[in-house]
Amino acid sequence: MDFPKELRYSKEHEWARAESNIVTVGITDYAQDSLGDVVYVELPAEGSTVTKDETFGVVESVKAVSDLYSPVTGKVIEVNDALIDSPEVINDDPYGDAWMIKVEVANLAEIKELLTADEYKQFVEEEK
Amino acid sequence: MKSGNNEPLIFEKSAKDRIGISMPKSDCPDVNPNNVISKEFLRDDIEGFPEVSELDAVRHFTRLSQKNFGVDTDFYPLGSCTMKYNPKVNEDMARLSGFSKAHPYQAPELSQGALQLMYELEGFLSEISGMDAVTLQPAAGAHGELCGMLMISAYFKAKGKPRKKVIIPDTAHGTNPASSNLAGFTVVTIKEGKGIISPEAVASVMDEDTAALMLTNPNTIGLFETNIKEIADIVHKKGGFVYCDGANLNALMGIAKLGDMGVDVIQFNLHKTFSTPHGGGGPGSGPVGVKKILEPFLPVPRIIKRGKRFNLGFNCPMSIGRLKAFYGNFGIMVRAYSYIRAMGPDGLKKASEMAVLNANYIMEKLKKAYHLPFDQTCMHECVLSDKIQSEKGVYTLDIAKRLMDYGFHPPTIYFPLVVPGAIMIEPTETESKETIDRFIAAMMTIANEARESPDIVKNAPQTTKIGRLDEVNAVKKPVLRWKP
Amino acid sequence: MSYIPHTDNDIKEMLLVIGIKTVNDLFNAIPPDVRLKTPLNLPPALSEQEIVQELTVLSKKNATVEDYISFLGAGAYNHYVPSIVNHIILRSEFYTAYTPYQPEISQGTLQAVFEYQTLICQLTGMDAANASMYDGASATAEAVLMAKRLNSRSKCLLSSAFHPEYRDVVKTYIAAQNENIIDIPFCAETGTTLPQAIEKQINKDTSCVVVQHPNFFGSIEDLKTISDMVHKNGSILIVAVAEPISLGILKPPGEFGADIVVGEGQAFGNGLNFGGPYLGFFAANEKYLRNMPGRLVGETVDKNGKRGFCLTLATREQHIRREKATSNICTNEGLCALSAAIYLTALGKNGLMELARLNLSKAHYLKEQLKNIKGIKPAFTAPTFNEFVIDVNQDADIVNKFLLKQGIIGGVPLKRFYPQLKSHILLCVTEMNTKEQMDMLLEELGKAG
Repeated sequence: MDFPKELRYSKEHEWARAESNIVTVGITDYAQDSLGDVVYVELPAEGSTVTKDETFGVVESVKAVSDLYSPVTGKVIEVNDALIDSPEVINDDPYGDAWMIKVEVANLAEIKELLTADEYKQFVEEEK
Repeated sequence: MKSGNNEPLIFEKSAKDRIGISMPKSDCPDVNPNNVISKEFLRDDIEGFPEVSELDAVRHFTRLSQKNFGVDTDFYPLGSCTMKYNPKVNEDMARLSGFSKAHPYQAPELSQGALQLMYELEGFLSEISGMDAVTLQPAAGAHGELCGMLMISAYFKAKGKPRKKVIIPDTAHGTNPASSNLAGFTVVTIKEGKGIISPEAVASVMDEDTAALMLTNPNTIGLFETNIKEIADIVHKKGGFVYCDGANLNALMGIAKLGDMGVDVIQFNLHKTFSTPHGGGGPGSGPVGVKKILEPFLPVPRIIKRGKRFNLGFNCPMSIGRLKAFYGNFGIMVRAYSYIRAMGPDGLKKASEMAVLNANYIMEKLKKAYHLPFDQTCMHECVLSDKIQSEKGVYTLDIAKRLMDYGFHPPTIYFPLVVPGAIMIEPTETESKETIDRFIAAMMTIANEARESPDIVKNAPQTTKIGRLDEVNAVKKPVLRWKP
Repeated sequence: MSYIPHTDNDIKEMLLVIGIKTVNDLFNAIPPDVRLKTPLNLPPALSEQEIVQELTVLSKKNATVEDYISFLGAGAYNHYVPSIVNHIILRSEFYTAYTPYQPEISQGTLQAVFEYQTLICQLTGMDAANASMYDGASATAEAVLMAKRLNSRSKCLLSSAFHPEYRDVVKTYIAAQNENIIDIPFCAETGTTLPQAIEKQINKDTSCVVVQHPNFFGSIEDLKTISDMVHKNGSILIVAVAEPISLGILKPPGEFGADIVVGEGQAFGNGLNFGGPYLGFFAANEKYLRNMPGRLVGETVDKNGKRGFCLTLATREQHIRREKATSNICTNEGLCALSAAIYLTALGKNGLMELARLNLSKAHYLKEQLKNIKGIKPAFTAPTFNEFVIDVNQDADIVNKFLLKQGIIGGVPLKRFYPQLKSHILLCVTEMNTKEQMDMLLEELGKAG
C-alpha cells in the first residue's frame, strides 16, 4: 500500500496535491484496493464548484459504490475525462494518471487541515 | 458458438417463416390493419423476433432449465431467503380453473371463492403475527415495506404533524432503507454492535421527528432481538411506530407473535415463510399486517365480509390508495393458503422449531472449522465468516463456489455487511438430517482444502457448465440484448 | 401434511450435538412473557387429498371465462395459453430457483431473462429492458419516478384515458415526491388524449408526459403528435402498453421517440389469475440505463472465453446502494417473464403478427355489427385494436345484469372510473371469443335496448 509523502489525505480516502492555489484530487491506493475493479466513475462538470467534505462524484466497482468527497472548497477548473472511458486507471495508477479534478481554491489553509501521509497511514491501519 | 455445450440464444436458432404455435382460422371476416388504422401507426415486421418450431422451443427451454439449480435439485441454504420445499399440490391448486381463469373485473358475486380465500388468508396471517388487519395487495416483500412506510407517513400527515426520519439498523436488508426513502423518509442508521440492537442505541436517536424504527426480527444475523419490547416502548413513547421486516418469520410461527412485542406493522413474504416458489426471482407476495391504529390507511380495495357474502371495499377515505392494479398476486395467495391449511397450527409451529433446530445443528458442527462471530443460540439461520480461511488466501466467495462442486447451492455471502466475509446459512425445516450432514461434511472438507491445498478452492467451481464470469466487463460494456 | 422430515430420533441426536435438552430451549432468547402458551387459532391440518377437495369446492364458487361468455379486458386479457408454457414453467429447476445471484448454476434463468429482455426491446423498439417489474401499473409509477431522477422537474402530465387503476398506483407511489400530477383530459369524440391539453399544460417544469397506447378505451393514440410536443419541451415521453398483443401490428412506441416504454405482459402466456401474478415490463433508451429500476442481465464470458450471462449494473439496486437506489424492488416477476419468453418464442414472429390481426378482425366484426343495433353505438371514433367502448344509452349495470342472466359477462362498465360515462361499457374481444358468442351478445343487446 502506497502513501506518497508529498500528498495530503482526507478521512474519506481522497488525496490532494497543492500547487500554488490549484489542488489536484484523486482517491487513495487504499480506497481503490478496497473497492476492487473500478468500472464506473462520475465526475463534476468543469466550472462547477465543490465544497469541502461534500460529495463531488461517485466511483463504482461491480458490487460496491462509493461517494467521492471533496477535500477542499473551490471551482473545478479541469476534469480528467479520460477516466470515464477507462476507469480501470484508478486501480492502476491512483496517484498519477487517475487524478480526478483540479480545483482552484480560495482558502489554501484547508489543505493544512488534511492528514499527512503518516497520519493517514495510521488512520487506515486503525480502520482495518 | 464458442464452446461445446453452450445453448445458443433462441434468436440464433431462427429460420425465416418457421412456425411454432399455429393460430386458429378466423370465423370472422379478415380485417387488413391498413384499412382501419393509419399506416403510420402500423409495423410490418418485428425485426429479429424468433421463428422456431414448437419442438425447438421445448428443447431450448428444457436445456436452459438443466443449467439451473433449484430447491428440487438439492440443498439450497440461502440465508434470509427461506428456500424451503415448494409443495407440488400448491401448484395444482393455483391452476384450478376456478382460480386461474377468473377475471379480476368479474363482479364480486361471481368471485366469492377467490374473495373468501383472500379473506381467510388475511385472518390466518393476522393470527400468526398478532396483527389486527392485513392487506394482501403488495406483490413482494419490498412492495410490502413501501406499503407499510407509506401508511406510517400518511398517519402522521393525517395528524397534521408529518415526521421525517426512520431509524434502521446497519444489519437491515437493503430494501428497508430503499423503501423508506421512496416513502419520503430520511434514514438514520444505528449500529448493532453485539449482534442485536441495544435500547440505548435506539433511545439516543429516537425523537419526535422520527416516524418509525424499522427492524428485522429475528435479525439478519439470525439472532432474536431480545430487547424488542423495551425498544418498542422507547419508540412508542415518542409517538413513533415499530415496523418489522417479516422476512425471517419462519423462526417464530406458533412460538411467539410479533404483535405481542410492540410491533405495529409487519410485511410477510409468502414466497419465504409460506412455501410459495421463488420462481427464479418472483413472483412473490408481500402482505402487510397492521395494528388497529393504522388500519384506516391500508390500501384499497379491502376484502370485506357481510353475513356470508364477500365483497370489495373501496370506501376508505384515509387509505394510501393503490399499490398495484387489481388485488395483488392472487395465484401466490392460493399457494400460501393451501400450505397453511396443510400445516395447521401444530405443523406451522413444528416448521419453526425444526428450522431453528437445523440451523443450530449446522452452527454447532461448523463452528469447529469456521469463525462464528456471535457464538450463541441462533434462530432459523446462522452467520459464519471466512476469517480463518482468509489467512490462507481463501475467501468467502471461493468457499461458496467450491460448494457448487459438491453439489450444493452456496449460502448467502457477504451479507450482512457488518460481518466481513459473511457466510449466512438458512437450512429451513424441510431438510432432513441426512442432507444437512452431507452439507456439513462438504463444508468441513472445504475447510480442510483451504488449509492443505487452497488452490483447489480458489479455482472452484470446476464441475459447473460454466466457470467464473467476467462481471467487470459486463458492467463496463453492458450487452443487455441480442442484436442480429 | 407437514413436509417436515425429522424423526424423533433425528431430533434427539441433533439436540445432543447442540448440547441442549429440549427443542423449547432453542427459543430461550425470546422473553417468556411473549412465548405463546396455546396453539395458533387456525384450522387443523389437512391431508393432501382433503386440501384438493376443499380448494376445489372453493374454486368452484368463482365464475370463470370458461363458464361464461366474457368480454372483459381492461388490463387483464383472456388469451389462449399454449400448453408449452405451463409445461416449461413447471420444470422445477426454473420455479424452485432463487434470483440468479450465483451465475455458474443459474445460467438457465439468466439466459432466459436475457432473451426476455431482447424480446421486449424488439417489441417496443427500445434499447434496453429490465428483468421485470410487479405489473404494468407499478412499472408506470417507476417510470414516472425515473423521469424525475433524470430531469429533476416537478410536473407529470398523465392522460385521463390511462387505466384508472394505473393512475391510482402512480399517485400512491409519488405521494412522498415533490411532484404534481396533472390529469390531461381525453377528447369526448375520439376517445384519445387531447393534444391541445398537453400543449396548454406542458412547460419547463414538466418532467414527463404519460400516455397509454392503445389507451384504456382501446383507442390508438396519436403518438407522433404527442412525441413532438413532449420533446420540443425537453420532457420525457412515457408510453404504457397494457395489451401488448397489439404490438404484433402496431408500430413500436420507440419508433415514435418514446423515452421509456412500460406495460403489462400478462397477455404473454400468463393466465388471468383473478388479477395476479402479472408481469410489468420496463424498457428505456440506452442513455438512461444507469437510472433504470430493477434487475438487468448482461452477456459476458467466463474465464475460458465461453459465453455466459450474469446480473449486471447492480450498483443501481437496493442491496448495494440502499436508500440511494433507483428503486426498492428486489423480488420481481421472474417466472411470469419466463412465461412471456416461452409464449413469444412459441408463437414467433408470424404467430404474434397473425394473432394480433385475428384480435383486430374479431373485435372489428363486433364493433361493426353493433352499429346495427338500435340504441347502441361505439362511443369514440379513434381507431381501436381489440377493445372499444360502446354507449348503451341506458344504465350500463342494467344491461350487464340482463346479459349475465343469459350467461354473458359484458364488458367493464366505465361509470365506476368515469362518473360521466354512465351508459358506457368497455368491451374486449380476443381470439377466445367466437363469432357465435358475439352473435349471441348482439342478439341479447338487441333485446336489452
